[in-house]
Amino acid sequence: MSVRFEGVSFSYPSGVQALRDIDLAVGDGEAVAVIGENGAGKTTLAKHMNGLLHPDSGKVWVGDWDTAERTVAQLSRRVGYVFQNPDDQLFERSVRAEVAFGPRNLGLSATDVRSLVEASLATVGLEAEAESHPYDLHVSQRRMVALAATLAMRTPVVILDEPTTGQDAAGVQRLAGIVDGLKAAGRTVVTISHDLDFCAEHFERVVVMSRGHVLADGPAPEILSQVDLLAQADVEPPQIAQLSRALGLPSTPMSVEEFVELFAAQRGHEV
Amino acid sequence: MIEISGLTFTYAGASSPALRQVDLSVERGQLCAIVGANGAGKTTLCYALTGFVPHFYRGSLTGSIRLAGREVTKSPPADLVGEVGLVFQNPFNQITGARFTVREEIAFGLENLGVPRQEMVERLEEALDITGLAELAERSPFALSGGQQQRLAIASVIAMRPRLLVLDEPTSQLDPAGTREVFAALRAMTARGETTIVLTELKLALVAAFADRVVALAEGCVVADGEPRQILASETLQAYGIGETRYTQAARRALQSGLAPADRPLPVTLDQAVEFLR
Repeated sequence: MSVRFEGVSFSYPSGVQALRDIDLAVGDGEAVAVIGENGAGKTTLAKHMNGLLHPDSGKVWVGDWDTAERTVAQLSRRVGYVFQNPDDQLFERSVRAEVAFGPRNLGLSATDVRSLVEASLATVGLEAEAESHPYDLHVSQRRMVALAATLAMRTPVVILDEPTTGQDAAGVQRLAGIVDGLKAAGRTVVTISHDLDFCAEHFERVVVMSRGHVLADGPAPEILSQVDLLAQADVEPPQIAQLSRALGLPSTPMSVEEFVELFAAQRGHEV
Repeated sequence: MIEISGLTFTYAGASSPALRQVDLSVERGQLCAIVGANGAGKTTLCYALTGFVPHFYRGSLTGSIRLAGREVTKSPPADLVGEVGLVFQNPFNQITGARFTVREEIAFGLENLGVPRQEMVERLEEALDITGLAELAERSPFALSGGQQQRLAIASVIAMRPRLLVLDEPTSQLDPAGTREVFAALRAMTARGETTIVLTELKLALVAAFADRVVALAEGCVVADGEPRQILASETLQAYGIGETRYTQAARRALQSGLAPADRPLPVTLDQAVEFLR
């Protein structure tokens, strides 16, 4: 399912203008990373996709729905949103109940709800914690509970706000697998992230935001190799891009594997 | 500066210890990074260094934590204020909710210490400057983005000028430039020799570039302790789920493909990787 922003501007009641005339179209099944400095408007942008915020001017479309004409409950069937802070979205007494809340409200049968919950918990690796209270878990696990709750809704659009924050190496690897799985299933995935290494490895398109504007938008290798452009948004190229630039490689790899191939070619080796 | 010996701590109600027989001493002016998988005991160690364990988070503790000659476990928390400062992992937990502007929030701790007004203003401006919050000084703490709130949490503790500054994943929500600025500022504070810093961090490339020393924890135990390059490029750390930088990964893969000579230690920073692969 596609998401489109048409001339969207938004200011918070405090007067802070967070979005300035945003035009942006995310196509069905696309994987897009939104990057940019703290306070650039990334989370505000995402909250327009599920109707938590409405534009002051302009329109936001989710498929054929104008978000201004839909409730948050309606939009929750199309857009799943994993918040930056899991404590903003967890309220049930057990992990299982938390994950079941969404599907139950979709009116699914008890059997269907149960199988969705089991599958989602297995995906995030929390089967063993199903009966735990979410607040007895480590914050990185609470983030996984919030993610499982969103996955269980099987929405065509999934938004991940800073998904790798607080995750250790194993957690990041698991998330990468989840993102790749969503992409393979044809879902539209939007992430907001400061983890440029993660973005480079798993998202084909990158949108750079700065001070409420879209500063740049294009294929990841093209955007993530532009040091000066990224610096305007207080972002640095991914580690692999920095290394390949320093070594004078002819193009910008997005993963360690791509790097090794390019490096070998430069040295006239076969890998 | 800090001398931890034989420290074992089990949270009340927990079945196994969060820290096991930890020995660690950190010298004045050092920037020491604690790395480890989630659940390894990093946050508990931060709490133990600042007296939150055992004074606030209760449990059974054996061993000792000496800070500038004082036994932390036997010192009331009020005696530790000014000696130690802790920046919490979640900035939402640090902000008082009792002040209306960023400037007032940073001043809150200083007011409670009775710092003279002129000095308070100086420290406040310095903290705003270090954390890049000067432009937002009059804004409400609750009208800040997640990353801006994290800068505020850091600023409010820096302003207290503790001799030991402990930061628990202080840059988790910061943009890359902000992260680098915070690390550079911390580095500068230790370089002046007055502040000792212990921090936990999952961004290993930053640890590699800025820390003097890296201590790796796994299941509550110290499993490695030494220079960043020696520790972060060590293959054994992979077994503890600690991960490695892309620089190390790229160099290791190049080495395996016969693209680099095998007689040098693996790199952990960009500069080291360039030198390694050139």
